[in-house]
Amino acid sequence: MADWSGYLNLILQGALVTAQLTVYGSILALAAAFLAGLGRLSQWRAIRWLSTIYIEFFRGTSIYVQLFWAYFVLPFMGISLSPMAAGIMALGLNVGAYAAEVVRGAILSVPRDQYEATTALNLTRFQRMRHVILPQALPLMLPTFGNNAIELLKATAVVSLISLTDMTFQAQIVRAQTGNTLIPFAMILILYFAMALIISASMRLLERRMTRGLDGVR
Amino acid sequence: MTTPIIRINQLDKSFGTLKVLDGLSFDVMPGEKLALIGPSGSGKTTILRILMTLETISGGHIEVCGEQLYHMQKGGTEVPANEAHLHHMRRHIGMVFQHFNLFPHKSVLDNVTLAPMLTKGEPKAKAEARAMELLDMVGLADKAKSMPSQLSGGQKQRVAIARALALQPRIMLFDEVTSALDPELVEEVLLVMKRLAAETDMTMLLVTHEMGFAHEFADRVLFFDKGRIVEQGPPDQIFRNPEHERTQTFLRKIIAAGHRV
Repeated sequence: MADWSGYLNLILQGALVTAQLTVYGSILALAAAFLAGLGRLSQWRAIRWLSTIYIEFFRGTSIYVQLFWAYFVLPFMGISLSPMAAGIMALGLNVGAYAAEVVRGAILSVPRDQYEATTALNLTRFQRMRHVILPQALPLMLPTFGNNAIELLKATAVVSLISLTDMTFQAQIVRAQTGNTLIPFAMILILYFAMALIISASMRLLERRMTRGLDGVR
Repeated sequence: MTTPIIRINQLDKSFGTLKVLDGLSFDVMPGEKLALIGPSGSGKTTILRILMTLETISGGHIEVCGEQLYHMQKGGTEVPANEAHLHHMRRHIGMVFQHFNLFPHKSVLDNVTLAPMLTKGEPKAKAEARAMELLDMVGLADKAKSMPSQLSGGQKQRVAIARALALQPRIMLFDEVTSALDPELVEEVLLVMKRLAAETDMTMLLVTHEMGFAHEFADRVLFFDKGRIVEQGPPDQIFRNPEHERTQTFLRKIIAAGHRV
């Protein structure tokens, strides 16, 4: 019988890598989502175009291919990324493209009335966005952001293809060395599920805090 | 002889092929209380929205406080106003909307203090002191900490009036401010506006279907139809002895619908 504590430890180390990829990938995705989402609503056409190109390109190509580009092709252009950096970049930019549309949609769903009130009060575009529109749009984004974060968590499994030792990669190793399929795969199934639960629980908490006082509005 | 605070000259406005305002011209004197009445689609709300820069114009000129609203001088020629010019001009004008348009995520007090703090850089303490005075004036000082969703329609509209007053505009625009209210809540809003008219020298333009209130409130009544002024004059003349048949028909319909004149 194999030494299971050592193997399980290996999978837990992989879980840490998966968690890191999810957290850093989500931060990048969030930044990209706001840049591109606001960019698509910009008054400058060039910025709208750039944002649209980014969104369509990253939604329209496979995350596998994006990951391979980040890790295998970019070095030919003089940009060498560590597997971790390449993984974060591919995941963050891919999910950010989806989330950008969430940002845009939520902003557009704030009623016209609110824009007109800010004009009558002579706020600048920036003040309007910062103090009136975004505070009302953010609570609308959160549920979908939760979905996006869970999608990102599950997509982290693809980084095993560029030799990053995430949870799925370690499970394969354990399976190869022990010949046991059920235990490692059952374990990562439970771990992925637990991580997803943590994400959805924290999003619910955040949502409750942000919509406090807004009840009855929508 | 004082000069008009608002001069509208040959104003055109079209939405696509629909002509809403057609070569419209009129002046408003400082401190004057003007009621704009007329059937739906006659263009009266559009005039207020144009004055608040919520629409663009299709032709003509508007002068507010001695400066062009939609035009500016650039290198000796007249060009359409840019956002900076509109921003500069808007400080003269405030507006109260039919549907209040309060910020639902901000308390009553924050609704009133937001603009003075952002646009005039007023310190919080000063803005709040002034906001409390205004809320007191509209009878809602005790609701300062409430959220808009906790207020009745009439209370919301009174907050909206306080919010617009906080910037101390010289011109106030009231766009059917009682139309969205339950009948029993109309009076409290009209009372606030009457006090405002009596106690300030602000110029006020009022679009309304409350003919009784227009009669009492206005120095001059403008009756609009199809984007033109059909008839104008002191309220007594317009409401008691309208000259034009179009005005007579309109007022008859309004009275038949149960409105007091």
